[in-house]
Amino acid sequence: MRLHLLALLARGPAHGYELKQDLEQLLGSAYPQPNVGQIYVTLGRLEKTGLIEGEEVEQSSRPNKKIYHLTDAGREALRTWYEETADEPRVRDEFFMKLALAPRTGLAEQITLINKQRRQYLNTMRNLSKLAAAENRDNRIAQLLIEGAMLHLQADLDWLERCQEELEELE
Amino acid sequence: MSDGPAQVLRAQDLVKTHHGEGAPAHAVRGVDLTLRQGEFVAVTGPSGAGKSTLLHLLGGLTRPDSGSIWLGGECTDAYSEARWAVERRKRIGIVFQFFNLVSNLSVADNVELPALLAGASPRQARTEREELLAELGLVGKERSMPGELSGGEQQRVALARALVNHPPLLLADEPAGSLDSKATREVMRLLSRFHRRGQTIVLVTHDARLASAADRVISFFDGRIADDAELDGTPSRGTGISGVLELKD
Repeated sequence: MRLHLLALLARGPAHGYELKQDLEQLLGSAYPQPNVGQIYVTLGRLEKTGLIEGEEVEQSSRPNKKIYHLTDAGREALRTWYEETADEPRVRDEFFMKLALAPRTGLAEQITLINKQRRQYLNTMRNLSKLAAAENRDNRIAQLLIEGAMLHLQADLDWLERCQEELEELE
Repeated sequence: MSDGPAQVLRAQDLVKTHHGEGAPAHAVRGVDLTLRQGEFVAVTGPSGAGKSTLLHLLGGLTRPDSGSIWLGGECTDAYSEARWAVERRKRIGIVFQFFNLVSNLSVADNVELPALLAGASPRQARTEREELLAELGLVGKERSMPGELSGGEQQRVALARALVNHPPLLLADEPAGSLDSKATREVMRLLSRFHRRGQTIVLVTHDARLASAADRVISFFDGRIADDAELDGTPSRGTGISGVLELKD
């Protein structure tokens, strides 16, 4: 979350609660209720490493709040973030290793494993469809996040199908 | 008989082998299936698994080599082609990947024709057609010819045609297979809407995203049902939806 908060601060100073609201507005129901505690902890760390600076602002009726702004080092970190490409999603995951090792353990049948995993993916896919339908259609960012998750899941499901085709032939 | 919603269709030990050039293709190899009223069932699997053949068997478009189908509790073994054609007008609506509209009839006529053939008066047929086209967002397209419409619009006309006689069962064979993503969403939204009103639907698709709109998913491999799962939207284990959407540090 470090870099997300830096990116939100690039526009101008803000306090922790504002950043939470910014995230909520950006991602809608696709990312419900960012943990405000986590946001404050992350802000503390960013301040310690000199990427942001906080300034206490007195409030008459409420406790003081801290308004953060990006430092030069923070802006540089953000620039580096934008220069790098992101990592690929995982390819060899937990399920794959379970499947690969199943025949040696004698504890599970590969086709059964695939069917069980498919059910879980399909249920998650169904929930994502519902989320997409419930989310405001005009919130493109939220819709794209959900769609991205669905496409990844679809690839996983297609891949399960391939596993099933190949492994059934061996039976 | 067991409890629960009425059976719309039951298939027992269906077998179908295609004899073309080369080795015979065992498209459907012993399928048992019961569809109950109000179910939305997706049949999914790789291409060539035989899922379209299965759908064609269920709609009487192809006859099985062996096995039987009951429609609303009635055995269809002795049905003639003509009888199946009648059933496809009254009890089974079908939509296809490539719409199969009559190209030299207007949109209105394409939808009204099956109603008239099923014995509706011209006035009834017209009323039904008007209601369906309005519902499907096709007002103003009545006099268009199918060739003048986009793929998504043609599929909606095909859906209207399939539903004009209020068949208890709707079969959809890759209905979004030739549509872009926007038209796909529209067709899926409509299928879900008809399902919510009680329409029984069997959807054949290779697309897992479409399949997840159903509440029961049959995985079809190599002519057989490999898995038959009710989707209740709750993953058995794991992080499920939040894990998929989580943004990592």
